[in-house]
Amino acid sequence: MSRRPPRFLLGGRNYSPAASLLLAAPFLLLIAVVFLLPLATLLHESLFVPAPTVEHYARAFGEPVYLRVMLRTLRVAVLVTVAALILAWPLAWVMSRSRGLGLALLAAAVLLPLWTSVLVRTYAWMVLLQRNGVLNQLLQEAGVIDAPMRLLYTEGAVVLAMAHVLLPFMVLPIYSALKGIPEDYVRAAQMLGASAWGSFREVIWPLALPGVTSGCLMVFLLALGFFVTPALIGGPQQMMIATLVSQQVREMLDWPFAGALVGILLIFVLALTLVFKRAVRLDRFVGSA
Amino acid sequence: MGLQDGVQGRVELRGLVKRYGPLYAVDHVSLEVSSGEFLALLGPSGSGKTTILMSIAGFEYPDEGQVLIGGEDVTWSPPNKRNLGMVFQKYTLFPHMSVLENIAFPLKMRGVGRAEREERARAALHTVRLGQMGERRPAQLSGGQQQRVAIARAIVYQPRVLLMDEPLSALDKNLREEMQIEIKHLQREIGITVIFVTHDQTEALTMADRVAVLDQGRLQQLGAPRALYEAPETGFVAGFIGETNFCEGTLHAAAMPGEAVSVALDGGGRMQAVAAQALPAGGRIRVALRPERLRVGPVGAEGMAARVSEAIYAGNATTLLLEGEGGQSLRARIPAGAGLHEPREGEPVRLSWQPADARAFVAAS
Repeated sequence: MSRRPPRFLLGGRNYSPAASLLLAAPFLLLIAVVFLLPLATLLHESLFVPAPTVEHYARAFGEPVYLRVMLRTLRVAVLVTVAALILAWPLAWVMSRSRGLGLALLAAAVLLPLWTSVLVRTYAWMVLLQRNGVLNQLLQEAGVIDAPMRLLYTEGAVVLAMAHVLLPFMVLPIYSALKGIPEDYVRAAQMLGASAWGSFREVIWPLALPGVTSGCLMVFLLALGFFVTPALIGGPQQMMIATLVSQQVREMLDWPFAGALVGILLIFVLALTLVFKRAVRLDRFVGSA
Repeated sequence: MGLQDGVQGRVELRGLVKRYGPLYAVDHVSLEVSSGEFLALLGPSGSGKTTILMSIAGFEYPDEGQVLIGGEDVTWSPPNKRNLGMVFQKYTLFPHMSVLENIAFPLKMRGVGRAEREERARAALHTVRLGQMGERRPAQLSGGQQQRVAIARAIVYQPRVLLMDEPLSALDKNLREEMQIEIKHLQREIGITVIFVTHDQTEALTMADRVAVLDQGRLQQLGAPRALYEAPETGFVAGFIGETNFCEGTLHAAAMPGEAVSVALDGGGRMQAVAAQALPAGGRIRVALRPERLRVGPVGAEGMAARVSEAIYAGNATTLLLEGEGGQSLRARIPAGAGLHEPREGEPVRLSWQPADARAFVAAS
């Protein structure tokens, strides 16, 4: 007697490819319509409008203004990644060694901002950094400075605010990697004669490296294409590539050139992802590491 | 190197105390381990055996007392300054290093050059009979092999003392027994002091030169396996080590340790025994008697009247569950092949014993 396998195995191990596709279909459809299609249109424009050409790409690299924006974008993304790593490591370490209420509070401190609008957090930084803002007032009252400093619309401010906004993406994978290192490894290292630095260098760091790479890549890629924070904190002087794209589309109505900028960013991101393919462990974000 | 000679491997605990809140995890424990000796710390969970080991290792600092290694007070030294080896309960081989790199790790931390590291790591791997496994990753080894590598890693730098925290508890029974003998041989071969924590009495009796039995943070008895089994000094040790029959009763006159006593059993009748500790007059008494020391004779002979309620055949011996005349439930063991009469279920018998085999303790209130 032959029995047909059930179409859906609730609680079972495997779905057939057809069933999997069906379950994922609504999401895949949405992605195709609102993401892939517009992106393809934009890239098409950059190469085929008004006629088949690479002129728009040549312009992006040829004119110093645009080259500067791209280099600044790259530099800011690197600095943001480094800053986020420096802030995230000790925090992730403490989290990985805490339990109960302490862990819950730390996790909330990391995650709550993630659930708050980026816009709100960026405005908060503007309030802190503006000419008559909290920071300037504090520094003046403390007698450190005589006149308010220019804090807003500087690259430093952009890096600081972006590092803060993107911090959870660095903390979570590192936390997950550190959490996976049993305390006994550290004890064993110590027992075998390793100093604190020795056990960090030889045991903890190598074991946490996949998480660190994952976090760095995530923050770096997000920083490359970040729009809200650099646009508001950096202003026109500190323009980054996303702001430039928006300007080209909304003010210049130069869709082909905007498409070329998007194409350059996309190729760069894809290349980086391929290079670090093995380090991008999405499961670290889902929490099954 | 000769580190094991003389006093280098001597470990001494003086009045060790560790409190967690009002509870004593370790309650004034003092003991000495000679160089090259194999000592087992045996006790149920929560008896303080692991806390004692961690104090020796340097992961715990005692509230009172001292830890001396090789005559030197190391109570407050960090673990990496004590030059001890340790094998943990769970496998703690570093997963990102090969087996050889793992074993060479302590040498690297001591600034030993690359060539010498490699040579000594290979030699240590050979000692634990895993010569061909050097290039593998720990995850590619079985549990027993991983613990062998952990041992090689813990002895490659010739520490003065090797600490082992239930290193075999994750292994299955056959492998565990094999490893017990192997560790014992290895210890004799290199002459290192071993302090071995376990809750498994068979393991402790099999491996150790001396066993320290702990209960609720207190050292109950420290002695050779034979002494613990045949001459337990406290009721806890008598009950914890091996199988024991306990009969409750009272004693009318006080007795010194070693003195012959006659205990009035609760259900009537008297029992000839020897005081294992100082016994107060009129106090509650428990008499401990090993099942294999009970002689089962026919009705009419001397001794305590009993009835066989069950006979359990187990190949090498038959265990009898007996009901004594005073309602006590007792076990007796009759070895197979000795030509002894094996009574059937329901049969009335007489039980007798050498008074020296019945040890009287103060009953815990």
